[in-house]
Amino acid sequence: MIRVVLPANLRTLASVGKEVELRVDGQVTQRSVLDALEAEYPMLQGTIRDSTTKKRRPLLRFYACEEDRSEDSPDDPLPAEVAAGREPYLIVGAIAGG
Amino acid sequence: MTKVRLLVGTHKGAFVLTSDERRQTWKVDGPHFAGWDVYHLKGSPVDPNRLYAAQSRGWFGQVVQRSDDGGATWNPVGNEFKYEGDTHTHKWYDNSDHPYEFLRVWHLEPSLTDPDTVYAGVEDASLFKSTDAGKTWEELSALRTHPSAPTWAPGAGGLCLHTIILDKTHPDRIITAISSAGAFRSDDAGKSWLPINRGLRSNYIPDQDAEVGHCVHHVAMHPSKPNVLFMQKHWDVMRSDDAGDNWREVSGNLPTDFGFVIDVHSHEPETVYVVPITSDSDHFVPEGKLRVYRSRTGGNEWEALTKGLPQKDCYVNVLRDAMAVDSLDSCGVYFGTSGGQVYASADAGDSWKAIVHDLPAVLSVEVQTLQ
Repeated sequence: MIRVVLPANLRTLASVGKEVELRVDGQVTQRSVLDALEAEYPMLQGTIRDSTTKKRRPLLRFYACEEDRSEDSPDDPLPAEVAAGREPYLIVGAIAGG
Repeated sequence: MTKVRLLVGTHKGAFVLTSDERRQTWKVDGPHFAGWDVYHLKGSPVDPNRLYAAQSRGWFGQVVQRSDDGGATWNPVGNEFKYEGDTHTHKWYDNSDHPYEFLRVWHLEPSLTDPDTVYAGVEDASLFKSTDAGKTWEELSALRTHPSAPTWAPGAGGLCLHTIILDKTHPDRIITAISSAGAFRSDDAGKSWLPINRGLRSNYIPDQDAEVGHCVHHVAMHPSKPNVLFMQKHWDVMRSDDAGDNWREVSGNLPTDFGFVIDVHSHEPETVYVVPITSDSDHFVPEGKLRVYRSRTGGNEWEALTKGLPQKDCYVNVLRDAMAVDSLDSCGVYFGTSGGQVYASADAGDSWKAIVHDLPAVLSVEVQTLQ
């Protein structure tokens, strides 16, 4: 199972805890993980990626194994640690504050 | 037993406040959608348990929520607001052409006849309609593609369509207002639109009485007199007696005619309420005094309503959608402030009481009178 960590506002929206587990068929990429996430939690459609273009919303970043994957191709394979469920895939909101 | 339900949208969630017809003690339920901006929420006049809420956040975009049980539980519905066809451009702050981009829903207006039909006024300015209880949204694109639209420019809050008025006596009539393009009327259910800004005069635009370009902050109508409209413009309180074809100023003796909110008494169509704000640079009430002004003559002659409201050291604002009136015999008037207070008057404004003091900044207040 793939582990995905959501930012707090999206946990509230999806009524889930900090981390969700997803089954992803085929190659584990950012696109396949996000597709599986949105299929399991349809209320998240449009909140992480634009519904039409599937582009990442600008104030969100994607991390895996302590690396920023936000600018990677969505079809690049994610690290084996993430694919094996040993490390989570993180969706992180830009920090707000002053 | 009659109940009153207030729907309060704030910068950090929504709150549902309920009371009996005496309106003295209130139960506060919330926050719903904690941490999110809730620009507006409103109930269907046909089915009061059907509520719609516009929840948004810069990080995550727009979510529309629906409740079928009066706000006890909520479910996200459709959040896809796609402009139809070519998106065109509007003017940006520096007068350059800027493509229309959907940012958020400012106002939700449920149909007067069908609980599954609801209109959404959005930024960048356009009008959307759902006929399946919010699951899908279709743009009524004739407004955004009006010949004047490429000249529309945003106000400080963005190019937002914030006012939607439906009229039971003219089922195909829709009146909208956009900051800062002005007011528009459709008499064919949104297929075509007429700018209705004749008589408005704005000294902050090059052509002071232009057909469009006026920063209309809010428009209100009493259902029994649908041709009479009251407008709080950026500066000036205005009145129309012909459904917006012509406007005249009714600011009269107000201490300042800048403001955001305006509303009409539920039983007296010539009784109007505003909350004057110091100026466009000082978005707080003048002289540190929170005063609602009431006109019982349809404008021009205004009286300050102060009983129960802070009369010193108060520097709050009251935003355009943050006032509402109930329909009980003694009309209740409600408004919320940027300081998080919601004030209620159970006697048409003669006296006021803060029914909550410390909510997040209030963006909108709506009220339902439940039999």
